[in-house]
Amino acid sequence: MTATLRAEGVSKSFGGLQALSDCSLTAEAGRITGLIGPNGSGKTTLFNAITGYERIDAGEVYLGDRRITGAAPQRVFAYGVGRTFQLTRIFPRLTVLENMLVPAQRGLSGRRHREHAMELLSFTGIANHANALAGTLSYGQRKLLELSYVLVADPAVVLLDEPAGGVNPSLINHIAARIRELNQGGKTFLLVEHNMDFVMSLCDQVTVLDSGTVVASGTPAEVRADPRVLDAYLGGAPGDDPPVAAEPPAVGDQSRGTPDDVLGGSHG
Amino acid sequence: MTAGQPATGTTGPATAEPTQPRPSRLPASRLAGGAGLVVLIAVIGVFPLVFTNATVTNFAVITLIFVAVVSAWNLFSGFSGYLSLGHAVFYGTGAYFLVVAAKDWNFTGSSVFWLLPLAGLVAAVIAVPLGLIALRVRRHTFVVITIAYFFIAQLAASNLKVTGGSSGLLPPVPNYAASTFNNPFYYVAMLIAAIAVVLAWVIRRSRYGLQLRAIRDDEDRAAGLGVRAMPVKLSALVLSAFITGMAGALWVYFIGEAFPQFVFDPLFDLAVVLMGFFGGLGTVAGPVLGALVLEPTQQWLYLQETNGYSAEILFGALFLVVILFLPRGVLPTGAEYLTSIRAWIARRRSQEGGPPVPVPEPAGQSGTAGQSSTAAGETS
Repeated sequence: MTATLRAEGVSKSFGGLQALSDCSLTAEAGRITGLIGPNGSGKTTLFNAITGYERIDAGEVYLGDRRITGAAPQRVFAYGVGRTFQLTRIFPRLTVLENMLVPAQRGLSGRRHREHAMELLSFTGIANHANALAGTLSYGQRKLLELSYVLVADPAVVLLDEPAGGVNPSLINHIAARIRELNQGGKTFLLVEHNMDFVMSLCDQVTVLDSGTVVASGTPAEVRADPRVLDAYLGGAPGDDPPVAAEPPAVGDQSRGTPDDVLGGSHG
Repeated sequence: MTAGQPATGTTGPATAEPTQPRPSRLPASRLAGGAGLVVLIAVIGVFPLVFTNATVTNFAVITLIFVAVVSAWNLFSGFSGYLSLGHAVFYGTGAYFLVVAAKDWNFTGSSVFWLLPLAGLVAAVIAVPLGLIALRVRRHTFVVITIAYFFIAQLAASNLKVTGGSSGLLPPVPNYAASTFNNPFYYVAMLIAAIAVVLAWVIRRSRYGLQLRAIRDDEDRAAGLGVRAMPVKLSALVLSAFITGMAGALWVYFIGEAFPQFVFDPLFDLAVVLMGFFGGLGTVAGPVLGALVLEPTQQWLYLQETNGYSAEILFGALFLVVILFLPRGVLPTGAEYLTSIRAWIARRRSQEGGPPVPVPEPAGQSGTAGQSSTAAGETS
């Protein structure tokens, strides 16, 4: 099950602040699309707009041919769009396995439901914590749990808000490998991430937001070469190292520090 | 965080572990639990036949009514996290319905008990619009709105013609023999309490209950996983109101008078919340324990003082103690202590040269099926 997710001309303002203005974005079916931009550029707001957590002032959102603009979060999920949150949100007072049973299921009996949940936990590597309270998990494990339960209902499109944020390098590799594997199985991904190595090595397409506007869109190589992107990140200040290396090292090579340092850390 | 978790199951086939939670349970502890339950039911069943003193059975009827109400309150507030301080609205609605309906439809004696489900239904119907409004907001705002509901109801009861205004109404008095007058009320109260507890138990184990608890932990996240939050929490409120309305109707028939300040009593709400917190919010046994311990205490204190407020003061102080030291209630915290003591014993044993014993995870709320399977390994 896969589908193309499109946002067309999405605008959103909070009082006087124009968080998004006329943003268009396409996450092609079966591909991994990255959404990058400086802090406060509107990435999470766009996620919220797509998944029904934020009403938008103008624009449309489509999943395949279905218009999902303004649908409530539970509807958006039912249509086949799952998402994770930047500040990982799990159910701390439920066990890990119970967390996995929260998402709505189509036509699975209780027993089969549990088996499916355990398979996914094994896939992400936290099956041995199935009976622990989710609140006792480490931050990285919570990230994995959130990824796991978003997958339970087999969504066509998965939106990941900073999947590699605040987790250690080996776990970043692990998460990247899982995403790649799921993508090879046909799943569509749209992800926000500040870790440029992660984005550039994983994504087929990258869209760059700045101050609520799309400034560039294309393959990682095209985006890297776009002067507007460098401008957006560095404000045109000369002498600084560009945040995106010409030759991106493999994901997880953290020896030179994460681009977060250059970009001023994660926003929130 | 989860260090000490036995590594078994990490590498094995994923499907092997979750499909057999039952065999991993300790049969002995299940047996003991089952036996304890049977004994408890038997004790409650024969209680009024053994203790025939009217004062004692009077306490017992009120206590069972509170077992029902606190269980019903917990079924909504404890599971969903929406703390209602307005359940007296449903209690009082059920009570007034019974008095008015018995009068208008000429119900007397034991036939009045047939009005109880109807009283519950009326309270449940009232809960729909109240819930649709109040459940749009969360946490403190929700609490404040439920308090507002309470005062609106009390004010209405004091002024409407149908409730007799502040001069009140009198339900019919059954012509039971004085020596066993309380017994029919006792067994009806026991039935309502049993319905409430069984309902809470079934919901606690169901997918519906899981959705309620997910809403309690993070409603927006739950919505993003397809949980239709409003129908789930509203139906829980309606179920809770149904039981509460029945209990209120039984109560008013039992005490034999309906005055606005007692039918809609702010102390009722505080007592219910305290009993729920005391026993353990969101558990099945906690509210039962809270009601069984605190309601007789309160009744006894009332009996000791003719004009004092020692019960109120004591309950206020107890509320503080519970919130400060047992915020999750006696049962969950007790279970936690028990688990850590067991873990300590297990460590001692392994240090004495025995085979290494896995240290269990800290226990969550009682009744979490997954927890017991982790704890199953440690007592060898």
